[in-house]
Amino acid sequence: MNRHVLSVLVENQSGVLSRVSGLFSRRGYNIDSLSVGETEDPKVSRMTIVVRGDDYILEQIKKQLNKLIDVIKIIELDPRQSVFRELALIKVKTGDNRASIIEIVDIFRAKIVDVANETLTVEMTGDEAKIEAFLSLMEPYGIAEIVRTGLTALERGNREIKNQRKYEED
Amino acid sequence: MKAAEALIKCLLEEQVDTVFGYPGGFILHVYEALRKSPIRHVLVRQEQAAAHSANGYARVSGKVGVCIGTSGPGATNLITGIANAYMDSIPLVVITGQVKSSMIGRDVFQEVDITGATESFTKHSYLVKDAQEIPRIIKEAFYIASTGRPGPVLIDIPSDIQEAKIDFSYPVSVDIRGYKPTVKGHAGQIKRAVKAIGESKRPLIVAGGGVLLAHAQSELQAFVDKTGIPLVHTLMGKGTLPSKDKHYLGMIGTHGFARANRALTRSDLIIFIGVRVADRAWGGVSDKALQNVRIIHIDIDPAEIGKNVGTQIPLVGDAKTILPEITAKVSRVDTAEWLNELNGYRNENPRPETGLVNPKYAIQLLSDKLNEDAIMVADVGQNQMWAARNFEDRPGRSFLTSGGLGTMGYSLPAAVGAKFAAPKRQVVAVMGDGGFQMSLFELGTIKTHQLGIVMVLFNNTRLGMVRELQSRNYGNTYAVDLEQNPDFIKLCAAYDIPGIRVSDNSQLQEAFDKALKHNGPFLVECMVDPLEATL
Ligand SMILES: Cc1ncc(C[n+]2csc(CCOP(=O)(O)OP(=O)(O)O)c2C)c(N)n1
Ligand SMILES: [Mg+2]
Repeated sequence: MNRHVLSVLVENQSGVLSRVSGLFSRRGYNIDSLSVGETEDPKVSRMTIVVRGDDYILEQIKKQLNKLIDVIKIIELDPRQSVFRELALIKVKTGDNRASIIEIVDIFRAKIVDVANETLTVEMTGDEAKIEAFLSLMEPYGIAEIVRTGLTALERGNREIKNQRKYEED
Repeated sequence: MKAAEALIKCLLEEQVDTVFGYPGGFILHVYEALRKSPIRHVLVRQEQAAAHSANGYARVSGKVGVCIGTSGPGATNLITGIANAYMDSIPLVVITGQVKSSMIGRDVFQEVDITGATESFTKHSYLVKDAQEIPRIIKEAFYIASTGRPGPVLIDIPSDIQEAKIDFSYPVSVDIRGYKPTVKGHAGQIKRAVKAIGESKRPLIVAGGGVLLAHAQSELQAFVDKTGIPLVHTLMGKGTLPSKDKHYLGMIGTHGFARANRALTRSDLIIFIGVRVADRAWGGVSDKALQNVRIIHIDIDPAEIGKNVGTQIPLVGDAKTILPEITAKVSRVDTAEWLNELNGYRNENPRPETGLVNPKYAIQLLSDKLNEDAIMVADVGQNQMWAARNFEDRPGRSFLTSGGLGTMGYSLPAAVGAKFAAPKRQVVAVMGDGGFQMSLFELGTIKTHQLGIVMVLFNNTRLGMVRELQSRNYGNTYAVDLEQNPDFIKLCAAYDIPGIRVSDNSQLQEAFDKALKHNGPFLVECMVDPLEATL
C-alpha cells in the first residue's frame, strides 16, 4: 500500500468537499489526510489529498475523482520534485522542563505561540518526518493536545498545475 | 419573469414536451408556470413512478427524461428511480422543490437534504441558491445528463427561489471546465485494436447498454458484418444485434445462455463495447480463464476501463465514432472454425411442461406476434429473465429493463413512459405478481390516459426468483409466498381495464390476439407453476 499525494483543483463551491470525501468513503479508499483552500483564482480551490493504495486503487481514485463535474484537474505529486509541508500545533505540559523543551523547539526551528503556567503551545511546520520526530521528543514531557492541518504540497520549479495536461491524456 | 417561469422556458428550449410528476407545497410555483405552458404533465400516482416513467421515456425517445416532485417525501420517493437511472446510465433531469432558502437546515416541515441523500447516485446535482443561475443550471443539467456517460442530474429549487424575479436569457453553449467527455478514440489505441483483431483466432464481441445509449447499433452491425466476429451481450445490451444474425450467440451472465457464457471462456480476444463488466454479467468468469485472453475495452467512461477486468487495449470514447474507425481499418477475420465450434455448444434444456402456462413459450409466442418495432419492458425476477431470454431482438425493437439496480416495480411505470414517447409502437409490460404489486397504483395513470399497454403478468403466486435462490441455497423457502394475491382481473376491472386469465398454453394465442387488438390497456394474467425455473 503505497502512499500517494494528489493535488486536485476543484470549483470553489459548496458541496464539493462533501462529494470528494463521500467518494472516498463510499468506494472504500483509504485517505490519510485532506487539506483544502482557495487558490490564486478565487473560483478555484485546491485540495491536497494523501491516499494509500496500490496502482489499481490509485488509478481508480484518479478516474473516479475526475468524473466529479466539480473536479477540474488532478495531478500526482512526485515527492522528489515537490515541497510537502504540514503545520502542527502542539500543547506540551511543561512541569519542571520548560528550559529543555524550549531548547528542542529552537533546534527544530519551531515557534512558541502561547505560554501558560502549565503548558507551552508550539507551532511547527515541516514535512511529516520532521513533525513526527519533534512529537516523539515531546512525548516524554507529556503532550496535552495536538492539531495538524494535514499535508499541503506544491511542485518545485516553474511548472504550474493549470498548464499541465489532464492525467488521462498523458 | 419569475424563476419558475424561466425554468419552464428553459425546458421548452431543451425541447421537453412531456414531464412526469407529482405536486406539493414547495413546488407549486413551478406547477403554476407548468400549467400555463404547452408541456404535457403526466400525473403519476407515486413519485418513484415519475422517475421510472421518465426513464422509459428517455430510453425510447432518445431524449432526456424529466420528472418533478415536491420537497421532503416527494423527493425521497424519487430516490429509487434516481438510483435506478444512475445504475443504467439513463439521462434524467430530476427537479425537486425545496423549503425556503432561509429555512434550510432547520428541519422545517417537509425539509430533506435531497442533494446530500442522492450524492452517490446522481451524475451531478444542484441546490439552487441564486434564482438568476437557473438558466445556466438547466442548460448544464441537460448537457451533463445526456453527454458522455449519461445519467441523472438533480436540481433542487427552494420555493423562494422559484418565486424570485430574474432577467431571462438562455445560454447558447455550455462550458464546464471540469467536464469534457472524450468522444473520439485515441488513434494509437485504434491501431492496436485493429492489429489485435487481425491476430486473433477466436475473437468475441461483448456488447452492453453503452451501444444502445450511443445509438450505435448500425455501426456495430457493420463491424460484425465486415469482421465476421461473433457477439454475446449483457442484459443491458439486449437489442444491440438482431437475434437472427448468424453471429449472434445470446445473453451472457448469471441468467445468460450456456452457449454465450461458454464462448466467453473459449475466446482469445474479447472486445467489450459499452460494457461495465458488472458481476451479474461476469461473475462466473475466473481471472484464470482470462490469463491468455487479450482484451479490448471500448467505453465512454474511462473509469469503467480496468475497473472490473484488466485491459490491454483501452479505448475511451463514443462507440458511434470509434466503431466505424475500426471497421474502416480492419479486415475480415477467418472465424469459420470458431463459429463452427460455437455452433456446437448447446444451451440448457428447459424443464418439461407443468400443465400451467409455460412462460418461456408465452414470451416466444408473443414475440412472434409483436410488430417489428415493438417495445418490451420487463420487470425484475424470473419474469425478467423469461422475457430477456425469449423476446426476439429485431432492428427497431426495444427491450427495457432495470439492469443495474434490479428494481422491482420498474416495468409498469417505465412502460407508461415508453408509451408516451412512442404512442404508435406496441408496448408490453412483463411483470411478476410481486413486481406488479409494487407499482399497482400506476393503473390509475394508465386508466387516465387510456394507454394502450399490454400487461403480461406471470402469476406464480411467489416471489419466484427469491424462491428459487432459497430452494437452491437453503433447501427451504421463506417469506416468498403470495398465495393470498388479489384477483388481478377484478383489480384491473376496478380501473375499467379488461383482462383475461390464462391457465394453460392453449389459451395464450387467443388472449394475446385479443390484447394486441384491444384499443387501450389490457391485462393478460398467465398462471405459472410456482416451481417453474428461471432457465
Ligand atoms: C424493490 C425490490 N425489492 C426486492 C427485490 C429482491 N427480489 C428480486 S426478484 C424478487 C422476486 C420477484 O417476484 P415477482 O415479481 O413475483 O417475480 P418472479 O420472480 O416471481 O417472476 C425479489 C423479491 C428487488 N429486486 N427489488
Ligand atoms: Mg412471482
